[in-house]
Amino acid sequence: MISTTTLFGLSSVILVGLGLFGLIVNPQPLRKILAFNLLGSGVFLLFGVIARRGAGAGLNSDPVPQALVITGLVVAFAATALAVALLLRLFQETGQAITLDTEDPSIHAPARSNDP
Amino acid sequence: MTLALAVDIGLTLLVLAVACWTLAVRDTFTSVIGFVAYGLLLALIWVRLAAPDVALTEAAMGSGLTGLLLLGAAARLQNAKNISAPPGLALRWVAGVLCALVSAGLAAMVLLLPDPAPTLAPAVVAHLPATGLGNPVTGVLLAYRAIDTLLEAVVLLPALLGVWSLAADRDWGGAPRLRYHRPDGALTLLAQVLPPFGIIVGIYLCWNGADQPGGAFQGGAVLAAMWALILTAGLAEAPPVSRRWLRWLLVAGSAVFLVIGLAGIGFADAFLAYPAGYAKPLILTIELVLTLSIAVALGLLIAGPPTRTPS
Repeated sequence: MISTTTLFGLSSVILVGLGLFGLIVNPQPLRKILAFNLLGSGVFLLFGVIARRGAGAGLNSDPVPQALVITGLVVAFAATALAVALLLRLFQETGQAITLDTEDPSIHAPARSNDP
Repeated sequence: MTLALAVDIGLTLLVLAVACWTLAVRDTFTSVIGFVAYGLLLALIWVRLAAPDVALTEAAMGSGLTGLLLLGAAARLQNAKNISAPPGLALRWVAGVLCALVSAGLAAMVLLLPDPAPTLAPAVVAHLPATGLGNPVTGVLLAYRAIDTLLEAVVLLPALLGVWSLAADRDWGGAPRLRYHRPDGALTLLAQVLPPFGIIVGIYLCWNGADQPGGAFQGGAVLAAMWALILTAGLAEAPPVSRRWLRWLLVAGSAVFLVIGLAGIGFADAFLAYPAGYAKPLILTIELVLTLSIAVALGLLIAGPPTRTPS
């Protein structure tokens, strides 16, 4: 019989794989950011499983990994906000099209409309 | 099979299904909605893992604030033409196989985790009475590993500086604007009705964090979400980024934390140590100011770089 921690542990590693796949395969930058967050949540969940396994001394879960995950969630949000801001700025500079592919010839030189 | 395990299996399948759907669905907007639902379901898994503090953070920050941020970006990028082609079938297969290998390697690690598991729980419990706190996670965050939390509070500021520095020269000194379109009645009503309750919940989470699940980050995230809601509905304007009080508010949390930490060198023989008997009031002071600073920083991170262009 599978235990709850093993079940959640296995689902967390599937989430990591899914997020990594989405990050590589999806060409849209915003979807890449989303997939990266999915990957991160899988890593955090693995931490949670390790915390749950470390239950003891009257606590149902080891508080140290929990605190690390809370820290990680906040940092992940800050990094996501920065990534989104960079993406929106890229869109503003290049006009209609956004791509992370700098070799793409269909992109013209960025419009310098924002300089005074 | 016990009922609890059946619930866990159902929850796991649901989370994995929503995660797949979030990645596969064509429309980006729909995908972000899927991500928000995914985050809320994940919070339920955190509850099942006996980690209510993380569940609250995941629901408020991982699902709510990140969802709000991505929704805003998706709305602004609606007219963006995506000119990069998706990778070919062969590359997808290679990526799929490699990602499956990564998962398989991690799965092997999960199955081979040592038993009994290493744990710091007894050490945390042994010293918790000295801090006067009842919530061991808050104890770790603000006493044992206070340096992590200090750096975490500080890291929000460089992130915000990064976002602000993306403003064009002529926009500098303006106010960030979150309103994307003419707000409709439902959004305005929500932004009028929800914040009073949300603010109470945010303050409760912060105040109660010493003994119950909750704390500065959860409380700050809820307060930030309420602020962002009001800004999105256009009921209030964000302050210009050049305001001095705004900048003081942003650094107040880290500054108070740092000053109390430095005072620890003199009064308790170590950086970030609390003098015996004063731990709880000092921790509560830090948490209170930190909640405010975190709420403002998170809200401004969502609001994005300043702008001067009229809507």
